[in-house]
Parts: sequence; C-alpha cells; structure tokens
Amino acid sequence: MSQLRILVGVKRVVDYAVKVRVNSSQTAVETANVKHSVNPFDEIAIEEAVRLRERLPKGSVAEIIALSCGPAKCTETLRTALALGIDRGIHVQVPEGTTLEPLAVAKLFSAVVKEEKPDLIIMGKQAIDDDSCQTGQMLAGLLDLPQANFVAKVDIKDDKLTASCEIDGGLETVECSLPAVITTDLRLNEPRYASLPGIMKAKKKPIKTVTPADLKVDIVSKLKVLKVEEPPKRKAGIKVETVEELLNKLKTEAGVL
Amino acid sequence: MLPALSRFSGLRAISRASAPPDYSIKTSQRLFALNQRSFLSSLVYIEHKDSKIDPSTLNTLVAAKQIGGPISALVAGSNAQEVAQAVSKIDGVEKVIVANNPIFDHNLAEAITPLLLAVQKAENPTHVLASHNSVGKRILPRFAALIDSQQISDIIKVVDETTFVRPIYAGNALETVQSSDSVKIITVRSSSFPQAEAGSSSAAVSEAPTPEVSVKSKWIGEEVTKGDRPELGSAKIVVSGGRAVKSKEGFDLIQKLADKMGAAVGASRAAVDAGYCDNSLQVGQTGKIVAPQLYIAIGISGAIQHLAGMKDSKVIVAINKDADAPIFQLADYSLVGDLFTVVPEMIEKI
Repeated sequence: MSQLRILVGVKRVVDYAVKVRVNSSQTAVETANVKHSVNPFDEIAIEEAVRLRERLPKGSVAEIIALSCGPAKCTETLRTALALGIDRGIHVQVPEGTTLEPLAVAKLFSAVVKEEKPDLIIMGKQAIDDDSCQTGQMLAGLLDLPQANFVAKVDIKDDKLTASCEIDGGLETVECSLPAVITTDLRLNEPRYASLPGIMKAKKKPIKTVTPADLKVDIVSKLKVLKVEEPPKRKAGIKVETVEELLNKLKTEAGVL
Repeated sequence: MLPALSRFSGLRAISRASAPPDYSIKTSQRLFALNQRSFLSSLVYIEHKDSKIDPSTLNTLVAAKQIGGPISALVAGSNAQEVAQAVSKIDGVEKVIVANNPIFDHNLAEAITPLLLAVQKAENPTHVLASHNSVGKRILPRFAALIDSQQISDIIKVVDETTFVRPIYAGNALETVQSSDSVKIITVRSSSFPQAEAGSSSAAVSEAPTPEVSVKSKWIGEEVTKGDRPELGSAKIVVSGGRAVKSKEGFDLIQKLADKMGAAVGASRAAVDAGYCDNSLQVGQTGKIVAPQLYIAIGISGAIQHLAGMKDSKVIVAINKDADAPIFQLADYSLVGDLFTVVPEMIEKI
C-alpha cells in the first residue's frame, strides 16, 4: 500500500457545555469571553487519523495535517490537534469577526487539498455552532471525490476505504477508492486526552499561516443574517405526585392520551 | 454572446413588462400570476424506500409550497416509476420528473448530484429542497457547492422566498437568514412543517435528462432495525429512555411502555453509547429531531444536546429520580420517582 497522507479539518467553536446567549442587539450569539474548544466532531476526526496511523501496518500513514480556518485564536485549536498526535498545522487566517460560511470553508479546503494532495480528508459531520452539516460534502463535490458521511467505522485496505455510515433507521456500508472525504459521527471513536509530553511536543510542531487571498479564494458571505433570537420559552410545568395523577392530567388537561 | 446571461436578463425584462394584476380575477389565479411574475419554482428531491415515499419528504413538500411557485418532484432509483405515480397525486406537485435507473439506488451523493445538476439545467428551478435527514444532508451540500450556492440547512420556517429561519447552537438560538444566491438550496426540518396529503389532481410525469454518472463509491449493504413501532420522526407519541435504565433489560421496560401506548421509542446519547439500544433511536442535536404530541423522557437528565432534539414537542413529561435534573425545567408534567417502579405502574394503568 502506498503511504497515506491524511488531512483533518478542525473548527474552533464555543464549548459544547456553554449555555449560549443571544446578544442584546439580536445580531449574533455572544462569543466574547466565552470558553471555546475544538468542535467535538473534529476531535473524533483527529482521533481517527491518529488511530489509523496506530492501526494500519507501521509506516502506512506518512503524515497527518490539521487545517483550521478562522481568526488568530485558531492556532490554539491547532495546537490541541498537534498535542493529540497530528504532525503539522495549516491555519487559514481571517480577521476576527469574519463569518466563514461552509461553502467558503470548502473552497479554502479545496485549495489546500490541491496543494497538499492528501489521500484521505477527515472532517466532523457538523460544527456544533452553525449546525450546518455541509462542509465535507461540499469539499467532496468541489474536488469530485467520493464521500462517506456520518461514519461510525472506517477501514482502509489496498487503497480502498470501507465505511459504516449512520443512516436513519440503522447503518449502511459503503466502499470507495482513495482519495476520499469522510465525515465523522459520534460513534466512530472515543477521543483521547492530550498528554503532557504531547502538549510539550506540540509547541515545536510547525503551523503554517496563509490567508484566503494566498489561496485565491473569495470568502464573501452569501447569506445575510437578519436576526438572531432566543427560541420561544416554554411555560413552567407542574409536578405530579403519582402515576394516576400523571395519566389523569395527560388525558383531561393535556388531551394527548 | 453569453447565452445564460441573456436568458436571465430576458426573463427580467419580461417581468418588468408584465401588466399590473387584474383584481377581477380569482385569488388563486392572481397568486399564480404573481408566482409567474417572480419566476419562483421549486424542485423537491423525493426520498423513497421499498416503493414508499419517505414521510419526511411530505413535510418538505409543504415547505416548498410555502415558498410559492410550481413544485416539481424528482424521483430517482430503479422503482422510480412506481413511486412517481404516488407522488403525482400529492397536493401541490405540478410535475414529477423520473429517473428510473438502478444507478440512483441507495441515494449515493456521487450519483444523485449529476442528476440534480442535469435537472437543474433543464428545469431552472429557483429553489431546490430536500429533507434534513441522512439522505438530504449528504446529497444537497455536494450539489450546492457545484452550483456555487450557500445551502441553508434545517429550516424551521419560511419567511419569504429568500428568507428562512433555522436553529443554531443546538437550537439555543434561531437565526433568520436571507440568501442572495440565484438558486436557493434548502434542507427542511420535518418536525416543523405539516405533511402534504393527496390532492384531487394528478401531476404530469416526465423523464429526467440522463446525466453522465461516474461513481467512485459503492453501496455494500445496510442493517436497518425493523419493527412494528411507528417511525420516530413522525410518531405522535415518543417514549425515550436514558442512562438510568441501567441495562438492555431496563430499556425493554421503555419499549414495553411504548408498545402499550402505540408510541415510537427514542433514547438519549448515554443510553445509546452504553449499548442499551440501537444508535438510530438517538434523539438530539446529532440524532433525530422530533416534535410529537407527547414526549415522555424517562431517566434522561436533559443535556443541551438532547433537549435540542425534543424541546418543540407539544407536551413533555419527565420521569426522573433526581429532582434537580435539568429536564424538569422543560417538562410540562414532572414526576420525581424511580423509573423501575413508575414505568411498570404506567404500563399497568394506561
């Protein structure tokens, strides 16, 4: 088998445990002074890339590269990826406050892929901030590569990739040639924590910074956000003491039984 | 000469020259005239399995109807002809386009995308829609990228033909976005729209243009959990179990209650990860989004990610041992108690 080069996409997002708030002018969600971390699905992508290196015959994986698009703070996200076993990082830097839509990110990734020529691109199935679930599919389309989405299990053998994908109602198995784009689902793996030696080593690993202009990609937004608002609040519920009372309320008061 | 451009400017010229609406005509005719004037038209990708239309597609058709303009439906696969007959009878569908070819089976994104591109070119719709489920999610972005359109995912409301509302941050904020793309690509949250029903007329059925398809991926097989229970996405009642069921046997209790109520079975991520039930039952940000008449959460604490998948349910019931569980802040009816005594009692008394 030829030596594999893997590219992993990582996005810096508001930490999954933070209860987000809409700003007072209803233009966006408050992100200043809010804890950020690696998008959970991207952690799974990083983990799978590292596991492929550990799992495949020694020397099969030549290099693992992480790519992040966003403001200066994305380097922290990339350092986390490097601490987990990624070899080097690429940061497509945009000014703080720039909105990068999935299509723009897919185009940036596409430009990097054309330069780096990875055999496998692993991305999260969706980012937990915009919940779009688009970038991996868009990238595969732009590059005319096969795609496997919502992957719960992946195997590579003789330049062929086999993936079990989560679909509505169960699992589906697909097989494709490399290079390919896969997007991770939650069940793919359990990401590891960065070790102290890993974190120390990560400081010495290279991160290359480029701009969308370097890559000749237009990142102008195509969607205009008119308003961001809180979802309607539910009215306070009531406590019931017994099963009888519950069933009674559901039948008479709520009328749902 | 730029043929594509001249065609568009030609359209615009016609639109400017069109006469002001004649108020003596019937409303439906006037609406039709208005639609004609703005050249709105939608293409909906029909998902089907075992010769049956996927229920979520029926919700997507209603979203397309709300956008306005005539609706075309695309049915692809080796039994597309059969499904097309059923689709042609659905209210609002004016045209059914059929691609009856086994290459389109299993909804491989690589195969469906060239088909969508060919149909887009032939029909020139202003909106292309699919359901925001595992099929729509994998196909539509690939197509959107190739026509350079920024897809709008998982819409819950149509404001007008360019403006849509969609949840972000696991449903903790709602974003209203306006698209400047000439073709709007949209995936639709099924639980936010009613289902289209059979109408009185029958739409014309025509053959899709044949695209050149070269696919580098191959469908090998699937394992689908079959059962008699209603489908999770469209069930009127959903009974869900969480980590507190403790075991597969504990989860059986949830299933028994669901069967007694004629309900679908759901689960939290914790229950799925612990192996108490199948992955496909997961309700939440990354699983199924449901909005039934009644949602009963049993032994589920109520993490943000789970709430994202069920908080639009009409009535929420929470049964939990822990009186401080966050799910109680959302529930219409809360019962603090051990599920192992409460659930059997419910099964008995319901």
